[in-house]
Amino acid sequence: MAREVISSGNDLAAKAAVDAGCMFFGGYPITPSSEVMHTISDLLPKVGGASIQMEDEIAGVCAAIGASMSGVRSMTATSGPGISLKAENLGLAQMAEVPLVVVNVMRGGPSTGLPTRVSQGDVAQAKNPSHGDYKSITVCAGNLEECYTETVRAFNLADRFMQPVIVLLDETIGHMHGKAVLPDVEEVKAGIKLRKTFDGPPEEYKPYGVAQDEPAVLNPMFKGYRYHFTGLHHDAMGFPTEEIETCRKLIDRLFQKVDAHRDELESNEEFMLDDADILLIGYGSASLAIKEAIVRLRDEGIKAGLFRPITLWPSPEERMYELGQKFDKVLSVELNQGQYLEEIQRAMGRKDIQKLTKTNGRPFSPQDIIDKVKEVF
Amino acid sequence: MAFNYDEYLRINKMPTLWCWGCGDGVILKAFIRAVDKLGINKDDLCVVSGIGCSGRFSSYLDTNTVHTTHGRTIAYATGIKLANPDKHVVCVAGDGDALAIGGNHTIHGCRRNIDITLILINNFIYGLTNSQTSPTTPRGFWSVTMKQGNIDPTFNGCKLAEAAGASFVAREKVSEPKKMEKVIAAALQHKGFSFVEILSNCHINLGRKNKMADAMENLAWIDSITVSKKKYDAMSEEERVNLLPTGILKQDTEAEEYCDMYGKLKEVYQGKREKFTPADFKKVI
Repeated sequence: MAREVISSGNDLAAKAAVDAGCMFFGGYPITPSSEVMHTISDLLPKVGGASIQMEDEIAGVCAAIGASMSGVRSMTATSGPGISLKAENLGLAQMAEVPLVVVNVMRGGPSTGLPTRVSQGDVAQAKNPSHGDYKSITVCAGNLEECYTETVRAFNLADRFMQPVIVLLDETIGHMHGKAVLPDVEEVKAGIKLRKTFDGPPEEYKPYGVAQDEPAVLNPMFKGYRYHFTGLHHDAMGFPTEEIETCRKLIDRLFQKVDAHRDELESNEEFMLDDADILLIGYGSASLAIKEAIVRLRDEGIKAGLFRPITLWPSPEERMYELGQKFDKVLSVELNQGQYLEEIQRAMGRKDIQKLTKTNGRPFSPQDIIDKVKEVF
Repeated sequence: MAFNYDEYLRINKMPTLWCWGCGDGVILKAFIRAVDKLGINKDDLCVVSGIGCSGRFSSYLDTNTVHTTHGRTIAYATGIKLANPDKHVVCVAGDGDALAIGGNHTIHGCRRNIDITLILINNFIYGLTNSQTSPTTPRGFWSVTMKQGNIDPTFNGCKLAEAAGASFVAREKVSEPKKMEKVIAAALQHKGFSFVEILSNCHINLGRKNKMADAMENLAWIDSITVSKKKYDAMSEEERVNLLPTGILKQDTEAEEYCDMYGKLKEVYQGKREKFTPADFKKVI
C-alpha cells in the first residue's frame, strides 16, 4: 500500500529516519539542510529518541557516532561545509565500522559558496570525505519520494555494511515542496534490517574477527560484551595494533566488505532507454530536467534516454560499461564541473563523452539540455 | 589486604604504553578504586578517551571503551549519554585534548551540565608528540615549539569550567592518590557535568628540559604550585599568584542536568506536561 503526502525533501528525509527506527540525531544548523533538524527535533522526543543541536558540525557528527556506538540508529544532516568539518570523524566511523546516516543537502561551493542555491558539487567529496583508504557508500535522491525511500534504504545499508552512508540531496530537492507517494510506515518498519549481533558467550565474541568480505559485528554497549572502539588500526577485539598482517587484512576488509556485495548496493533508473539513440547520464535533481528534456526531444523525433545512478558510490561500473558499448552518443549532465563524468569515463573506458555542466547555483532547465543535445549530436 | 585491580583491568594489555614513573597509571588506579568503592557495574560504565598519552587510558579498562579523535571525547560522550541516560559516562582527556583542539566541546559540555565526568589529565605539555606547548604550559618554560621560553599565556581549566557552567569542579594531583580517588568518586556520584583536573607529571617531555627530569622532581614542582582550597581561600590575591587550589572547588547540586531536562522535554512532546516557558527556570539568561 502507498500513501500520498504533501511535504518537502528535507522534511521527508527526517520523517523517513524516524520511520526507519532512527532514535538519535546530532547536528548543527546549516543552509540548506537545517529543515531536517527542524523536523526531526520534533519527531524524535515523541517516540522516545533524542535530537541535540551541538556546538559545531564536528560535535554533531561525533554525538551521532557516539550514540550509534552504543547501539542506537543515528543520523546527522548537513551541507558541504559541514561534511568538510565532519570528515575526520566520518573516517573514524569508517575505521571503527560504526553505522551512521549522513544527509548532505548540497549547495554551491567551494567554501561558503552559494548557501541558498543548488549544486551537485559534493559528489567527489562523498567518495572520500576523510583521509585514508576506505570504501564509501553514497546514495542520491532524484525526486521527493526518494528523499524518503533512499533515507530508509541508507539506514538499512549502514547497518548491513557497518559504516556511514551518505544520502545526497541538493538545495532544489531539499526545498522542493509537493506531493510524494510513499510506502506505508508499516511496510517501512517491516523492512528494517538492524545490524547483526553476537549472541554467544562474551568470551567467544570477536567484533572485528569476521570473514574478509564481511563487516564487523558490533554488539550494543552495556550488555556484557566489552570491547574497544578506536580509529587506530586494531585487532579482532578492537585494540590498537601495528601487527603487519592484521593491519593489511583490516584495510583490505574495509574494501572487500563493500566490493563483494555490490549487488546489494546497486540501484539505477533507466528512463526511455530501450529504443534510444542518445544516452544521457545524470542523477539527483538534475534528472528531473533531463526527463522533461527527453520527452520534449522525442516530440521532435530525437530519441534520447536517461541512465540515472541512484547509488553513486560504489558506482554501477558494469552497467555503465555495457551502456558505453551500446551507445555512441553519450552526454553527461551534472551541476558541477564534471565530477561524476570522470567515473563514467573510467567505467566506460571512453574519453569521448560529451558534458553539460553548470556551477552558477541555478538548476538546469529542460531547454539547457535540449540545446546541448542538438549542439553536440 | 592490598587492593586487587585485576577485575577492572585488561590484564593482557599490560604493561601500559606509558613511560616509567608516569602519573597516568596512578590516575588509572585511583579511578578503578573510585569505581569499585561506588559499586559501579563495569557493564554500566563507558569510558571515552581522546588522543595523546591519556588517550590510551580507556583501552586498559575492562569496560565499554571508546578511543575517539583528538579533542572530541565530550562530543562522543554526549551522544552516548543522551542515548543511555541511566549509564555512567566518563571522559578522559589531556590538556591539549580538552583545552586546545577540543576546547569548544569542554565549554559546551559544562554549559549543558550533562551528567558526564571529565577527568582532565594536565601534564602541562604535549607529551606523546614530544614536548610542544600546550594551553597549560607555564610561561617561560622550554617547549620544543618555544625553545627560548614559552610566551603563550595559560588556561586555568577549573576556572573555565566553572564559568562555563559545570556544576562540579575539582582539582587534584597525582602525588595525592587517596585524595584523587575521593574526588573522582565524588565526581562520579555528582549528577551533572563534573570537571576534574588532575595535575600530573611528564618528567620525560616536560621535565627533561625544565630541570625536573626525574619524576619526583616533577611532582615536587606540582606540589610547589598547588595549595588546598581551604588555604587558598584564606590567602590574599597577591599570595595566590602562581598557585592553583586543590580539592572540590565547586559543587552545585541544584543545577538542572541535561538528560533530566531532555526527559522532561520528551514528556512535553508526549503530552504529559506543558511546554517550557521562562517561568520554569530560575536562571533564564
